[in-house]
Amino acid sequence: MTKIHEPLFHLAKNSNVNPRRKWALRGIVFVISFFVCAIVSVGLTGKGMDYFFKYFFEGLFGSERNAWNLFHETAILLLIALAVTPCFKMKFWNIGGEGQVLMGCLGCAVAINFMGGKVSDAATIIVSIILAIAFSTVWAVIPALFKAKWNTNETLLTLMMNYIAVCLVNFFIKSVATSGTGILVFSNGVVGSIFGNEFVLKIIVVAVLTTLMAIYLKFSKHGYELTVVGESPNTAKYVGIKTKAVIIRTLVLCGVLCGIAGFLLISATNHSINDTSVGGRGFVGVLISWLGQFNPIFMAIMSFLVVFIERGSNALANGGISLGESYPSIMTGIFFFFIIAVEFFVNYKFVFREDLQAKIDLCTAKIKGVFSKKKQVEEIENSNKASDSVSEEIVEEAVEESAVTVEENEEIPSTEDVEEKEGK
Amino acid sequence: MFVALITQAIRFSAVFLYGSTGETIIEKSGHLNLGIPGIMCFGAVGGCLGANMAYNAGMSNFMTILIAIIFAMLFGGAMGLLYGWFTITLRCNQNVTGLTITTFGAGVFGFWVTLMGEQGVRFYRASRAFTAPMFGEVGSDWFSTMFLSHGTLVYVAIIIAVIAAIVLKKTRTGLSLTAVGENPAAADAAGIKVIKYKYVSCVLGAAISGIGGAFYLLDCTRGSLEPGVIEGMGWLAVALVIFSLWRPGIGIFGSFIFGLLYIAPNYINGVDFATKEILKIIPYAVTVVVLIVISLFNKRETQPPAALGLSYFREDR
Repeated sequence: MTKIHEPLFHLAKNSNVNPRRKWALRGIVFVISFFVCAIVSVGLTGKGMDYFFKYFFEGLFGSERNAWNLFHETAILLLIALAVTPCFKMKFWNIGGEGQVLMGCLGCAVAINFMGGKVSDAATIIVSIILAIAFSTVWAVIPALFKAKWNTNETLLTLMMNYIAVCLVNFFIKSVATSGTGILVFSNGVVGSIFGNEFVLKIIVVAVLTTLMAIYLKFSKHGYELTVVGESPNTAKYVGIKTKAVIIRTLVLCGVLCGIAGFLLISATNHSINDTSVGGRGFVGVLISWLGQFNPIFMAIMSFLVVFIERGSNALANGGISLGESYPSIMTGIFFFFIIAVEFFVNYKFVFREDLQAKIDLCTAKIKGVFSKKKQVEEIENSNKASDSVSEEIVEEAVEESAVTVEENEEIPSTEDVEEKEGK
Repeated sequence: MFVALITQAIRFSAVFLYGSTGETIIEKSGHLNLGIPGIMCFGAVGGCLGANMAYNAGMSNFMTILIAIIFAMLFGGAMGLLYGWFTITLRCNQNVTGLTITTFGAGVFGFWVTLMGEQGVRFYRASRAFTAPMFGEVGSDWFSTMFLSHGTLVYVAIIIAVIAAIVLKKTRTGLSLTAVGENPAAADAAGIKVIKYKYVSCVLGAAISGIGGAFYLLDCTRGSLEPGVIEGMGWLAVALVIFSLWRPGIGIFGSFIFGLLYIAPNYINGVDFATKEILKIIPYAVTVVVLIVISLFNKRETQPPAALGLSYFREDR
């Protein structure tokens, strides 16, 4: 008889994990990644931990303006992530968020450039919203049309369209300001501050849109349809969902949200446009959407964490020792590596070879036995202290007892036991 | 002027060719690596460090180039290994991992450029080994200037692309790699070591792309450090893979066209800046057209690898 070699362990999909455990794991990993960022920063600056924490947290919460900035950056990032989420749920890999938002910026800038100062500000703002939405919707629908009609690879198409958008923005800037630095600044026809605060508007808009999107994805027929198209195109076909219409409809929605994001960026935040107005937020939005499990609430948490790392390290880079503009990218990169890697440990589990599994069970049983006995001992001790009259002998006896039970536990647990444990 | 234009186009085409050959090898194994821009940035850092070290040690031109290549491949390959570990072993989403690598790589490159600027490290002298013509002094006629006056790495790029084309098209290894990219489950059933193929192609492809970044800094810019440019060239390299229909052989000509389109705006006089911006769209627009046309005809030979972007898990049904 030939002996079959069985590997020590293999992987299996872990379908039913307690969501609370998942998020606990993610939380732990976030803390670890934060400390890795801290250690890297300490290594690069050559200063102590206190230096890192001082500049990091001062940049985040040092002044009222910094704190507002933290939340409003989160809002913008979340909005872009929200825009691409329905596409991803449909398994339409739209990595063109950058280009779509930039086209929104362009639409907004065109309106402000030609109308600002000539008509009333209100009219300019309305037209700029409409143009922003129109531009980015066109940009989002083009790949959808080709995907629906000829099944063109949408990942590569949207990626290319990002760069065409960059070139178009540069073309617009150069043709309006023939001799300039590549930045077009607006003074008229932009959204200023509301209630004396320039940040509140964006946060409110994004909060409302997040709620609406959560409802749309979870409770509406549209949201259900696009999930079905994503999970199983054949099922969608058999139950009579018009796949092509769903794809185009979803990308229109994405375009509208990107347009709003572009409008908020140009008219309500920067008051200027250049080819880096979106500044990579389109790509980060893709990451956030995926890492937030396409759930708007989780995405909000995730975008807050990203902005937390980014703004904190930005403050650090501009603090006592100049580390350059690229420093925050390194930190966010490290953060994302950790968060991506944790997905594996959430989604898969190791299944060990039977004899190895038995050994592991034994070890855990031992450890558990020791701990539970220790607990018992502690309880006894506490009760003793409370009653204040029992000698130490009983405690010692308890300890001896624990040793005995551990020995008893050394028997290899039967497979039934193991199954029972797994069932629990 | 025409001769100068073609000469420069061939020179710049090598950057795209390194990037696209590497990315083609990776994509053939079913992995869409959007981290190529970041990997090229990493390769640039490695190449410059290696070249500077070899130059300071007083080594000959040949050794300087060799050590720079090895360093660029090590740095690029390390990122490829990281990408492979995330997407092959940990089965993470490829787009997400790739974009993270691009963010990280561009960040490290930018940081390194700042650091070098502060420390006053310059690479002009080390870069002379790279810009020196491979065939020594050649005549000044148009043919010699266009085709024989380049640095060594331009020819290395073409050689690598030709080898990659032959391996992919003519050998059993290439066939197996294609099988892994088209249908990993079938390849696995046929006894091909899928995981091994995926890892080797991810690391090797990234290492080749890494040389591209080093080449750009040490040859095209003659050692002056420009942050941000390599990233854009990396995206063009990804576009070139589509343009060349996943064939390194076509990639040689495609990279020439991309190189021409990339530098042409600098050689055109009498047009304003705005028109030049429109000219920059052409490489991307052409790629979009190619992408749409291949999906329109839907011919099997010209499609992307069928399993592109999907993680392979043996126990999936």
